[in-house]
Amino acid sequence: MRELIEELCSVYGPSGQEERISEAIAPHLDGLVDEVRSDRLGNLIAVKHPTDGGGNGKRIMLAAHMDEIGVMVTHVDAQGFCRFTTIGGVLTSSLIGNRVEFANGVEGAFGLEGSAIARERPTLQKLFLDVGATGKEDAQVQVGDTAVFRSSFGAVGDRLFAANLDDRIGCAVLIQALRELESSPHEILAVFTVQEEVGTRGATTAGYGLEPEIMLAIDVTATGDFPQATPMEVALGKGPAIKIMDRRMIAHPMVRSWLESAAQTHEIPYQLEVLEYGTTDAAAVQVSRAGVPAGTVSIPCRYVHTPSQVADCNDARNAVRLLVNALSSELP
Amino acid sequence: MTSDSLPSETDIFSLLKELSETPGVSGQEERVRACISDHLAPLVDELRTDTLGNHTGYKRGADVPVGRIMLAAHMDEIGLIVTRLEQGFLRFAPVGGVDLGALPAQEVMVHGRDDLPGLIASRPPHVLSVEERGKPFTQAELFIDVGLPADALARSVSVGDFVSVRQSASRLGNGQATGKALDNRVSVVVLLEALRLLQRRSHAWDIFAVVTVQEEIGLRGAKTATFEVAPDVGIALDVAYAEQPGAAADEALPMGCGPAIGLGPNIHPVLKGLLVSTAERNEIPHTVEALPGNSGTDAWAMQISQSGIPTALISVPIRNMHTPVESVALKDIERSARLLAEAICDLPDDLSALALDNQG
Amino acid sequence: MDELLEKLSNARGVAGQEGEVRAILREELASHVEDITVDSIGNLIARKRGSNEEGQQRVMLAAHMDEVGGMVMRRNSDGTLNFRSVGGLDPRILPGKRVTIGASAVPGVIMRAPHAARSSKRVMPITELLIDTGGAGGIVPGDMVTFESSYEQYGQLLKGKSFDDRVGCYILAELLKSEFACELVGVFTVQEEIGLRGAGVAAYAVQPDVAVALEGTVADDLPRQEDISPTTELGKGPAISVMDRSAHADRRLVRILTETADAHDIPWQFKQPGVGGTDVGSIHLARGGVPAVAVAVPCRYIHTPAALMDPADVRDTIQLMSKALAGPLGRPLGAERS
Repeated sequence: MRELIEELCSVYGPSGQEERISEAIAPHLDGLVDEVRSDRLGNLIAVKHPTDGGGNGKRIMLAAHMDEIGVMVTHVDAQGFCRFTTIGGVLTSSLIGNRVEFANGVEGAFGLEGSAIARERPTLQKLFLDVGATGKEDAQVQVGDTAVFRSSFGAVGDRLFAANLDDRIGCAVLIQALRELESSPHEILAVFTVQEEVGTRGATTAGYGLEPEIMLAIDVTATGDFPQATPMEVALGKGPAIKIMDRRMIAHPMVRSWLESAAQTHEIPYQLEVLEYGTTDAAAVQVSRAGVPAGTVSIPCRYVHTPSQVADCNDARNAVRLLVNALSSELP
Repeated sequence: MTSDSLPSETDIFSLLKELSETPGVSGQEERVRACISDHLAPLVDELRTDTLGNHTGYKRGADVPVGRIMLAAHMDEIGLIVTRLEQGFLRFAPVGGVDLGALPAQEVMVHGRDDLPGLIASRPPHVLSVEERGKPFTQAELFIDVGLPADALARSVSVGDFVSVRQSASRLGNGQATGKALDNRVSVVVLLEALRLLQRRSHAWDIFAVVTVQEEIGLRGAKTATFEVAPDVGIALDVAYAEQPGAAADEALPMGCGPAIGLGPNIHPVLKGLLVSTAERNEIPHTVEALPGNSGTDAWAMQISQSGIPTALISVPIRNMHTPVESVALKDIERSARLLAEAICDLPDDLSALALDNQG
Repeated sequence: MDELLEKLSNARGVAGQEGEVRAILREELASHVEDITVDSIGNLIARKRGSNEEGQQRVMLAAHMDEVGGMVMRRNSDGTLNFRSVGGLDPRILPGKRVTIGASAVPGVIMRAPHAARSSKRVMPITELLIDTGGAGGIVPGDMVTFESSYEQYGQLLKGKSFDDRVGCYILAELLKSEFACELVGVFTVQEEIGLRGAGVAAYAVQPDVAVALEGTVADDLPRQEDISPTTELGKGPAISVMDRSAHADRRLVRILTETADAHDIPWQFKQPGVGGTDVGSIHLARGGVPAVAVAVPCRYIHTPAALMDPADVRDTIQLMSKALAGPLGRPLGAERS
């Protein structure tokens, strides 16, 4: 599990440019599913037909997003410094002191006009990227090029550190669940979506194209377990969280109880999640066509949308168990 | 005077439109002066332009005139002046009390080697931060864009060229009209229409009808013109703030209720009384404008010329003053002209009638 | 530059009231296309089947007919009008501007009080601005408010209102007059300025293989001290969007456009990423998704009474789109995305 997470976290894949992460995930699906394809926006879709159940199964879409937040170059100045805009919910307060990596391997360090130290949260207009150039001519990046946050993958016991656990840990959970799922009455539509971080765009079109009957997103969620955290029940290491509500969705009660009873039956630790900000691909699919009952299995993650995110590997393992057990059973 | 000799609103608008659309920024009044002169010439006996550019029409009174009355309406308008050429754009400074808040995105005419249409350029809100968007533009953030590359611009425009607002005059509802430079072309129309009415009337006083220059930058033209004419009585013609949302209630005048007759230290009380009684006798709707100090008009300079001149002020209320969308009730122009013509006919036969001590 | 562009620029139509623009385009194109219809929300959809050669696909081109403007909310007892914006208006450019109101184009002015406003260090919000028509009758809440401005030559540039996006409408109309092998569906969309609403409906109905939005976009190329992006620059060719607030462009389409431009010596530029949004935002999410990109003519001072653009950029945009439609844009995209 941990190796798989680390592998996926090492691949470049900002929103809108998910080709490499898609290519990295595809080989893991070999032999696990009946069909793998990409759709017109670049969503990677793995289809696994029902293996038993005599036709009582549903078409269930599972979605983990491949894309990660990043920055895009908007201007290269005469000295070779780059102005940039954000891709997804990047926090400008977390940029100083961090590095990014472009598709071509070029590194970038963030700088702040006037001083290296921000006294207050800097605005985007005051920040720039140093890409090692001495002038516009030798800059190895141009307008429209995209970089992602990179900090080395780390682990302390079961606690994992990476810049993009959101949502590569979800992708790993989905792959692992497909590996461990021996039989299911359901048609499984495992989708590694694109452009979640910029508005759940990939899930919007995949949800329409696949016409699922049930949908589950597998994504990270925030926690309330650090000093002066916004009050929230979810904590690291206490199992996957079954979402009740977030900013754009109320999970379908049937989906919620299906997941809860799977967890209870198999004594899988779990938590209930009410997230006051943010959302997942499930929100987009829930309102696709005439509507899809949707829910989310969340992996608790601290410092989401910063370059140093922390999660617990046991939560990922238990998320896999929860998914495998739920998918093996018929819906209530 | 028969009613069919009164100008129609259509006539007044057509004259106002012509004057409003002719450029004449303070210091560069040649074109508006030429335009006014064409209209003034048939109404007066003599025409003269002085060293500053004030233009005077002399209309003879009785064989033995009682006195000299000077009418002053400034013909200049606020505008801009080019201060610097920068990468194909022009930087500018205001000439007169330009309202910077009404400038962005306004079309203008740059009076360079030729007239060049342009507009006031500013950065698009799309690329500004919320904080930047929340602040009014400063002069340093604005440019003029005439759509020429830097080299062609340098051939056509130089520092010091004047820039006028480019805005056609148009009719609004209920006999109102809008345009730029209604301050003070409205009063030039009043002056011309009054002289037209006086063509069929006898007046004992000699009339010096002066369209002045550089009023907007410090009443400079009126100062020299009054010295030159050395009148016995002066009447300044200008505009006043009309009532509108946001205007200071105590100094705004109702629009469409006739001219305002000035009152205060800048105004000679006997002359003011004569204007009021003329208005009442002729049933001309009018209001009174209280002026506690500087009237901000040519009257302020006229009053203290040489050994002092009895001075009065007739104002037409306009809205949105010093913006490209000033508006006026055309009726008020016609009434002002009638009041002015009647008052000139009513001037006393003896200068001693203007003595202050007669007033008790 | 062209009578049609002049007519389109001078025509009046805020979101939801695009009828005048639609009528001009419908008449202009009737004899050039096989089919021209109006859908339920007001999009004008013109179809050309193309020569139907093998390997060609359905290309949707979109340009929005609506312009930013205002709507009369209330007539006050003194005859002045309260209004709100329809689409994004910068309140700082409004005071002292001439407007026309309603279908019968009643003239009015946005008032500017002489004292209080002038000394204010604060921007007057649109809710505090009033329109004065001299108390003209026949105006009711809901009447549209548009800037009074007319099309003309300014130096070497063109000046007019609503180049965003009447220049896109013009380019699309010109393209529809040419013959291409691919199937071409030209959609003149409504309600772009209030949330890309017409284009999504149209793309759902049209089901294109790929789509291109044709726009007039922000140029911020005024003199400045800082070395920052001008967003786009006049005279440097069509501006291609890689990413804006509404969408990521399909990188295959970006490549098709840049390679086509380079092959034909047509200048081009990338628009500053992250700024603005276009109909691509709703088109690319229609049904199962549509690869899409936006191409725009740089315009200074869009969303004001008078924008400026370079006629060379208009010609180059038409040229680029013609070459692309005759070439790789008309054929199915490869799988290779970057």
